[in-house]
Amino acid sequence: MPRIIVDVMPKPEILDPQGKAIAGALQRLGQTGFSAVRQGKRFELTVDGEVTEEVLEQARHAAVTLLSNPVIEDVTRVEVVKDATIGVSE
Amino acid sequence: MSETPLIGDFSPAPDAGLSGARIGVITFPGTLDDADAARAVRLAGGTAVSLWHGDHDLQGVDAVILPGGFSYGDYLRAGAISRFAPVMEQVVDGAKGGLPVLGICNGFQVLTEAHLLPGSMIKNNHLHFVCRDQKLRVENNSTAWTAEYAAGSEIVVPLKNQDGQYVADEKTLDELEGEGRVVFRYVDVNPNGSRRDIAGITNAAGNVVGLMPHPEHAVEAGYGPDSSAFGPVGVRGGTDGLGMFTSVLKKIVGAN
Amino acid sequence: MSDLNQRVQSRLETPAEARNEHGHHLGGPADAVEHIEGRKFNIDTVEHAAATPDTPLPWAELGLKEDEYNRVVEILGRRPTAAELAMYSVMWSEHCSYKSSKVHLRQFGDKVTEEMKKDMLVGIGENAGVTNLGDGWAVTFKVESHNHPSFVEPYQGAATGIGGIVRDIISMGARPVAVMDPLRFGAVDHPDTARLVHGIVAGIGGYGNSLGLPNIGGEVVFDSVYQGNPLVNALAVGVMRHEDIRLANASGAGNKVVLFGARTGGDGIGGASVLASESFDDSKPAKRPAVQVGDPFAEKVLIECCLELFKASVVEGIQDLGAAGISCATSELASNGDGGMHIELTSVLLRDPTLTPGEILMSESQERMMAVVTPQNVEAFEAILAKWNVEYSWLGEVTGTGRLIIDWNGETIVDVDPRTVAHEGPVYERPYHRPEWLDGVQADAFAGSAADASRPASGEELKAAVLELMASPNMCAKDWITNQYDRYVRGNTALAMPDDAGVIRVDETTGMGVALSTDCNGRYAYLDPYTGAQLALAESYRNVATAGAVPMAVTDCLNFGSPEDPEVMWQFAEAVRGLSDACMTLGVPVTGGNVSLYNQTGGVAIHPTPVVGVLGKFDDVARRTPSGWREDGQAIYLMGTTRDELDGSEWANLRGHLGGKPPVLDLAAEKLLGELLINASRDGMIDAAHDLSEGGLAAALSEMALRFGVGARIGLGELCERDGVDLFTALFSESQARAVVAVARSEEVRFKDMCTARGFAHLRIGVVDTQNEALDFQGQFSLPLAELKEAHEGTLPKYFA
Repeated sequence: MPRIIVDVMPKPEILDPQGKAIAGALQRLGQTGFSAVRQGKRFELTVDGEVTEEVLEQARHAAVTLLSNPVIEDVTRVEVVKDATIGVSE
Repeated sequence: MSETPLIGDFSPAPDAGLSGARIGVITFPGTLDDADAARAVRLAGGTAVSLWHGDHDLQGVDAVILPGGFSYGDYLRAGAISRFAPVMEQVVDGAKGGLPVLGICNGFQVLTEAHLLPGSMIKNNHLHFVCRDQKLRVENNSTAWTAEYAAGSEIVVPLKNQDGQYVADEKTLDELEGEGRVVFRYVDVNPNGSRRDIAGITNAAGNVVGLMPHPEHAVEAGYGPDSSAFGPVGVRGGTDGLGMFTSVLKKIVGAN
Repeated sequence: MSDLNQRVQSRLETPAEARNEHGHHLGGPADAVEHIEGRKFNIDTVEHAAATPDTPLPWAELGLKEDEYNRVVEILGRRPTAAELAMYSVMWSEHCSYKSSKVHLRQFGDKVTEEMKKDMLVGIGENAGVTNLGDGWAVTFKVESHNHPSFVEPYQGAATGIGGIVRDIISMGARPVAVMDPLRFGAVDHPDTARLVHGIVAGIGGYGNSLGLPNIGGEVVFDSVYQGNPLVNALAVGVMRHEDIRLANASGAGNKVVLFGARTGGDGIGGASVLASESFDDSKPAKRPAVQVGDPFAEKVLIECCLELFKASVVEGIQDLGAAGISCATSELASNGDGGMHIELTSVLLRDPTLTPGEILMSESQERMMAVVTPQNVEAFEAILAKWNVEYSWLGEVTGTGRLIIDWNGETIVDVDPRTVAHEGPVYERPYHRPEWLDGVQADAFAGSAADASRPASGEELKAAVLELMASPNMCAKDWITNQYDRYVRGNTALAMPDDAGVIRVDETTGMGVALSTDCNGRYAYLDPYTGAQLALAESYRNVATAGAVPMAVTDCLNFGSPEDPEVMWQFAEAVRGLSDACMTLGVPVTGGNVSLYNQTGGVAIHPTPVVGVLGKFDDVARRTPSGWREDGQAIYLMGTTRDELDGSEWANLRGHLGGKPPVLDLAAEKLLGELLINASRDGMIDAAHDLSEGGLAAALSEMALRFGVGARIGLGELCERDGVDLFTALFSESQARAVVAVARSEEVRFKDMCTARGFAHLRIGVVDTQNEALDFQGQFSLPLAELKEAHEGTLPKYFA
């Protein structure tokens, strides 16, 4: 069954305590190749049947109303992926 | 300036006999219940030793407690960053050599992230932080930390957590059950959706124990839960958790 | 989607524009400031300002009135620079300057006797007041509001409210030891209430639990008057040794100024001047700036780091950064000190490198502190910060010039007398008058009104009434909320919810400790703000005494509507007058607090809500009195007199009535009742005590029985006869200065003799009964505890779980 992927990230200007703590840990572990970390969320919305424009629009709406808090987060991706396990080809 | 104790650093006179046993309490950044764990050790008669996460040094202690809290904010996963603390190298080595190690709440989470205990903790099934007086059954009284309890006896200690739902795959759960390594089980209410009502477990050798509830908050009459599984007590008079600390102290003193 | 949801939604969609708008304005006048490659600015220097007097500045957008702006020009003798304008606008906002409330608040400092000052080590004006506990111990406590931010973003608003009040406590040199939260929401069944309850409760828990501070009490009230303006107040208490008391001042020329903790980002820019000073109004475009996000882990580390700094005596003065950020910290430290201060603003560590100087000065990024350190102590200071992995940067030093000078890359952008920024802001004598509608409201008593048409009288009706009361949103069990807070951490909690007061042990050797309670009945204050504020104090005082502690000090959070409405301003003036008079009568000084104005939406103000916190002292917390009985056969006594007082009561509220006059206040009786309860606790005469307040005797007896699940046999015939009231009134009246106690049989004679000797009314109304699991009102009705418990505990889960 196809799924719609929604990625949500903290707004760039908003403090991300999670990312900050992870960045500090990476430095202490000697993994110094990264200058910053930001931690976001990924949602997978499974769709029964075809992903119509209407369904996609619903996902976009859900992304900005429920899945993200527009005060502190941005929706950075709303995208359809076909699930390989049921053999759907492009 | 005088050296005055900050709240929680005061030591009552330890019981003679057990005071020779030294138990380390590790403070990670974001640890909250370190003063409580140290107080529990003292009230049980032992000597508490503060250990710092950044030191490669256990100061020769006879046992180690990883206390509760939100180390590193629990931001990545509970315990995921603390397991890499310098002091954890000595804790892991010590645990493998038989050193008694107790992880409470966040400390339990650190022990699972460090692979000293199997399984993991995820968010409570009801998704809220929960603080309640919780009844537990002592399923295994042969560990370093539970010998003072009768097998099958019940105790009441506070429980308080956000990520307290114990999970592991079925094979691991069957192994834990089969080998008698489930140490504590929730009674009456499963407060977080933990698999098979598991509240605490041990390693095969019985020296490493981890549990989500907080025995260190049920050690002093007047500041514990309102009830005890052993009979009526005064207001906030429950001290059912003290046995965990006397267990390890007696084991240490007996072995010396 | 409801209207309200739509309004919230439309607000949520505008922050980007709002912020850009600020970025432009704060950069300064267009001809003087522009971004180059997003990092460098042409800076509006003092020199430039002097040379370009006619450049227009966006003072109105920043919330300054024209006469206020003109006053800034007059003070400086020239137009302000963009950075100076940012500082003055934010520091002269209602939130920071108390410009509407100052003239009234003076009464808290004036109506004080020498006796009241005896134990006050630090009074109003510092971050929080400090009270002497003896044996070298001191305690500091304060309650603050975070109302508007919590409506916009409930989780972060409530979380950062806890963070802010805890930093106030740390900056006095104390270790924070507990928090409490007085909360007021709209109607329990309104669709927006669940959003706020879930976010606010989770935010308080998420932040407070992660700091390792027990949450030991507070209030939860539901009333549609708070629908668009929930009240999120936060109280924190801390303890210290006398020698550890720190003040916010920068003294000693040559001493270094350091900023440490989190980096500075764009959080809450303009929040202090814009967000907290203007009510939400659909007709104006939203000016809501970026929301502050809290990092409780950073704050926990900051607490431990600061305590180690205090222990090592390496900071001379310290100030937390809250509203108005660096503007506030630098101007307050400098004006409270004996000289001036000179700092380089480019030394501030930034999370967002595009911030302009004005934005850096106004940023409300959380978890930051500013300190003054002698040159000799710099190395020791840096070692402690390195141990805790806390970032810091040295900004400059204390000077003897009397000026606050701020440079940007060596060019001066601020050159002011710091007192004109921090302390000599505008003061308004706002007009006020008694609302004309008040006479009509006060004349509309509950008794005999349409709402009182079917007053319960039979046993069955009274039983149903008690069940209805105890299941109502305001009287129901709050466990669903308080179970999301840690009440055990630190191991010193001797009492917490649902007992009358939270009790914390301070000294583990002696058992000395403190009790705290916060209270306010907004309906009483609506009916009569003068008496209502006094009743809030009386209840809080009574709660602390009921737990067995001697009341010592007061903090207040005065939540009101718009001061520009003369009727609201009258409510405010009356409440302050009432509270300060009552504090004087009871002999307990106000040591600090907070004012939150503009709590109104679309012209409708909240009920006046002066939340009053009282702190009391125990010589040994082992003597504290819990609110429930447990011992079979103990005698149950009602202390005090019951009048026919149902106006503004919880029962009238259940019937949708609000009118008449609040219960009669008798401070002498309150004081005497307090003394009796404290003596009875000290001498071991009573094993349980509970004050009577909302819901009257019916609520008190129900709560006492449910506390430990132990029933009682109650007979109220003699009470009705003595006080000339019917059974319904005996159960539901909210007459003040009353408490119910459980007395051990062996102590009964001594207890009665004590009350008689002091001339205080007392009557045996029942006996504890561990066999019969019910509250048995003999000859009337029997209320099984299981039924009562189910009604009492089911309400919040029904709406929110």
